[in-house]
Amino acid sequence: MADEIILLDLWASMLGMRVRVALAEKGLKYEYREQDLRNKSPLLLEMNPVHKKIPVLIHNGKPICESLIIVQYIDEVWYNKSPLLPSDPYQRAQARFWADYTDKLYELGRQLWLTKGEEQETAKKGFMECLKLLEGELGDKPYFGGEIFGFLDVALVTFSCWFFAYESFGNFSVEAECPKLVAWSKRCMEKESVSSSLEDPLKIHGFVIMMRKELGVE
Amino acid sequence: MGEEVKLFRSWSSPFALRIVWALEIKGIEYEAVFEDLSNKSPLLLQYNPVHKKVPILVHNGRPIAESFVILEYIDETWKQVPLLPKDPYERAMARFWAKFCEDKVLTSIWSAFIKQGKEQEEALVAAAENLKFLEKEMKGKKFFGGERIGYVDLVLGWLANLVSIFEEIIGLKIVDEEKFPLLYSWMQDFAEAPIIRDNWPPRDKMIVKFQALLDAAIASSSSSSSSSK
Repeated sequence: MADEIILLDLWASMLGMRVRVALAEKGLKYEYREQDLRNKSPLLLEMNPVHKKIPVLIHNGKPICESLIIVQYIDEVWYNKSPLLPSDPYQRAQARFWADYTDKLYELGRQLWLTKGEEQETAKKGFMECLKLLEGELGDKPYFGGEIFGFLDVALVTFSCWFFAYESFGNFSVEAECPKLVAWSKRCMEKESVSSSLEDPLKIHGFVIMMRKELGVE
Repeated sequence: MGEEVKLFRSWSSPFALRIVWALEIKGIEYEAVFEDLSNKSPLLLQYNPVHKKVPILVHNGRPIAESFVILEYIDETWKQVPLLPKDPYERAMARFWAKFCEDKVLTSIWSAFIKQGKEQEEALVAAAENLKFLEKEMKGKKFFGGERIGYVDLVLGWLANLVSIFEEIIGLKIVDEEKFPLLYSWMQDFAEAPIIRDNWPPRDKMIVKFQALLDAAIASSSSSSSSSK
């Protein structure tokens, strides 16, 4: 009996991309359904009545929401292939702690392209502090998971296709401040599961231009 | 093999209390290290340099921070009296509701307590909407975990104690028994449950503490010359 997997997502969402990477890591076939968040579908409202947001994974009719919760679910159900979380409880705790931490990048990044002046400077500072801390956590390892691409790599790598947009509007260079992190992101992009799930940074940049116009940011 | 389990906490932190409950429910022996959060110890800063907060669990010298992360670590390390369900879908649901309780319920109820005027009104409306979702989730269950206290109950547990303290201080109802009968009775059942009831911080001290926080918030908002955002 085949599994039915549907992903409700938005092409540009780095949170949705986390789920795409996880599904690809496990070699899972699924139906991707692009959502229009300005005109939310009945299915989205039915499957995520609490938040009405993407991503939502629907597995055999049952919805799971929140990107990191979905990734853990995928890892637990399809545990036989490419495990994302390590087996040792302490290593798992570290991975979860830092994956949680990466969520801060979402709001800080948003402020980077949504605001100007002092507000933007504060967001930029916070954003770079986060990245530097994460780079410290990576150290000299090939992946955050060590030798193997894992949960924390999935949580963070999807932000890398947004770096160009953040850099343009925030006027800074991620590579100048965090060269190891950029090297890591390029290493991750060599994996099929990552390169097939992340979007073109230029397209993301165009998306942000459109969003800024829509939201009236100059 | 000797197990060394230490919990860095404060007398009042509701987040650290989650870990106290989890350890005691599982019958794990531990040493409580009480921190004065206005004067953090070098050890706290060493064990949690990123957030500099409690709780921190230190197991055989290795620190784990963030209460949700600690709860899952405890559940995976000491398998008796499981907190999270076995089934992956049920686990995902438990994690979802725990996050909802933290991101939405806690935030809106805190705002309803600490803010004034229009901001308070809006927070009360948001809180009620959030509580509606929890009320619905409680149908047919004694605890969020089912028959036994589980992960979500421990995460939301602060509600069973702090809400009545907030309500007493601000003189407003936040969890109305008539509007949220299931949630209200959960609050009673949880607060009175063995282990839970033995660990509540002293109520009179809590009232003094939170009244002081509210007074400080009111003072700082009325002393600023521009209107609040």
